[in-house]
Amino acid sequence: MLQEESDLSLIIAQIVQKLKGSNLYSQLERQAWASLQRPEIKLESLKEDIKEFFKISGWEKKLQNAVYSELSVFPLPSHPAAPPEHLKEPLVYMRKAQGSWEKRILKSLNSMCTELSIPLARKRPVGEQKELLNKWNEMGTDEPDLSLFRPVYAPKDFLEVLINLRNPNYENGDSLSFRTHLGLIQVPLKVKDIPELKECFVELGLNIGQLGIDDSTQVPPELFENEHVRIGQKEQDSAAAQQYIRQGSPTALRAELWALILNISSQPEDVLYYEQLKTNVIQHDLLVDSLIYKDVKLTASNDDYYFVFEDYLYQVLLCFSRDTSVLSHFAFNSASPPKSYIRGKLGLEEYAVFYPPNGVIPFHGFSMYVAPLCFLYHEPSKLYQIFREMYVRFFFRLHSISSHPSGIVSLCLLFETLLQTYLPQLFYHLREIGAQPLRISFKWMVRAFSGYLATDQLLLLWDRILGYNSLEILAVLAAAVFAFRAVNLMEVTSLAAAEAVLADLSTLKVMPLLQIFLFATVT
Amino acid sequence: MSRVLVPCHVKGSVALQVGDVRTSQGRPGVLVIDVTFPSVAPFELQEITFKNYYTAFLSIRVRQYTSAHTPAKWVTCLRDYCLMPDPHSEEGAQEYVSLFKHQMLCDMARISELRLILRQPSPLWLSFTVEELQIYQQGPKSPSVTFPKWLSHPVPCEQPALLREMWALTEMIRASHTSARIGRFDVDGCYDLNLLSYT
Repeated sequence: MLQEESDLSLIIAQIVQKLKGSNLYSQLERQAWASLQRPEIKLESLKEDIKEFFKISGWEKKLQNAVYSELSVFPLPSHPAAPPEHLKEPLVYMRKAQGSWEKRILKSLNSMCTELSIPLARKRPVGEQKELLNKWNEMGTDEPDLSLFRPVYAPKDFLEVLINLRNPNYENGDSLSFRTHLGLIQVPLKVKDIPELKECFVELGLNIGQLGIDDSTQVPPELFENEHVRIGQKEQDSAAAQQYIRQGSPTALRAELWALILNISSQPEDVLYYEQLKTNVIQHDLLVDSLIYKDVKLTASNDDYYFVFEDYLYQVLLCFSRDTSVLSHFAFNSASPPKSYIRGKLGLEEYAVFYPPNGVIPFHGFSMYVAPLCFLYHEPSKLYQIFREMYVRFFFRLHSISSHPSGIVSLCLLFETLLQTYLPQLFYHLREIGAQPLRISFKWMVRAFSGYLATDQLLLLWDRILGYNSLEILAVLAAAVFAFRAVNLMEVTSLAAAEAVLADLSTLKVMPLLQIFLFATVT
Repeated sequence: MSRVLVPCHVKGSVALQVGDVRTSQGRPGVLVIDVTFPSVAPFELQEITFKNYYTAFLSIRVRQYTSAHTPAKWVTCLRDYCLMPDPHSEEGAQEYVSLFKHQMLCDMARISELRLILRQPSPLWLSFTVEELQIYQQGPKSPSVTFPKWLSHPVPCEQPALLREMWALTEMIRASHTSARIGRFDVDGCYDLNLLSYT
């Protein structure tokens, strides 16, 4: 059909345009020129011979992986009449809500700035720069006075905004009727029900081997684990690796597999880029840095599993704030980067800049997105690249208001709908005692369960996020946790008691919970 | 294929409802929008684009002249086209849509009037309509093409074909620009900022 062909050529043109600016393009060019020396390349069939050479030497695979990566990250080209904000977020009222939320954050940051009389950004004097360079690998030993700083917002503030989200064209009557949402989220987004989730997460089924279940000590490894590991070791293709990891990744292969799926290969240019970011950190001191310090000290440093990685966290997050390549993801993120002007040049567009340079203002708990990755990657520039890619693919959706199926609003609604449909008694009971389930599970989902689950379980969960390229599994796990502790929860009589029942998730095994909830619950 | 916008006059939507609009409790689930083309002769319709606003199903009828002398007749060219897969939820509710000639049930020649019949069976929405309606007819067939510079400076014929191709390739690559960012966040080394701006 004409329409599909023209859509396809538009997608191809967009991907070619993006890849032209990448390292891979120049590498392929160099390889093509170098290959002219080879005897099997004949002048008459130059194009075909070079293509054949690329196929044999593995360069075609690298190109395939790069194209697959672009397809996974960037949304399909939208209708030609659609303005750019439509790609960020199609629903007008959600765009408005995101805009007002952002304004509140900016006001909060500005008032912190004026109250504490600290500039948003300043150039470090040379002495301070030298000192920081010396201390770069042990920034955790620094004990700056952060008592006056407070996080810009916490997940519970964000939850209040989501609770108040309303569609002006929707029947939001006061009287209870079939159309009232009994949970906290009041917008009618489309979410999947269990039959649809079963179809979507078919590889988590009862008759399919899983790491996290079928690698336990009671199960002989010949049944599943050995074969699964063997297949994983040979994998070179991003799309195949993504399919493979739906059944979990062996611990030894996880770092490689995640890098393959996210299409991260540490080239000298990438290390150089990271060093450049490090130089930017050393030269300029940002107010956001203090927020990062405070967040790491409050969250990761207090965590039994992650406190050892404190220095890595600073090295990644401080550089992340300076990385302008992150700005490109705002094309499909409903959020927009905060803007400012060089002092004295207010209103002049040539002096308009983004603050922080990457446009992302960290909130309380932000450093927990990085902490689990420290178990897998020890080289700072690779750790940095993996985190950045995870952020622009997944994590940004957890703290911006959008109608995307993996956005936090849809996840909250999915959680509430699953609980209401499959555990109606529990839902009703919790609602009656004033303990709306979302108030407890929201913090788990916003942090993608980081800091709440044991690390090996968390990594098994994040395997599936990568495998299915969606965050919906977070909502399903949240509902599964409630289902698991349902008996205890039915006996509580207050929100505090319900919180206590669900305070400690560190003993939970993620994959059995998911499997039982999706495939073994009687509906 | 190029297209030309046809100026049209979109009349206000009329709700189809049984009973008195003011006193009845329910909302009309069907709206009709008439589109006329006062200053244009009957034309061949190529494309319709619009922005949806909570309409679930769309039918289109056109008034068409089958031949020069018979009076125009109303023909249904699109029946119950689904814009929202689930009328109770937000999916597809504010999307931009294009409908083309080849999706229609009849041929779209000699159209003089258009009637859009919008249906929204769900009682959850306060109102529904389609916005930014634009009708296009086929444009002239010969688009102007700007030839790349290197074609106007032909390579002398002595060079072998391979080198010619390589040279053309390098010229093309040089001419195209990439979308790679430079990475500077400051302005001339200065990043001394005012407060954040709200606009």
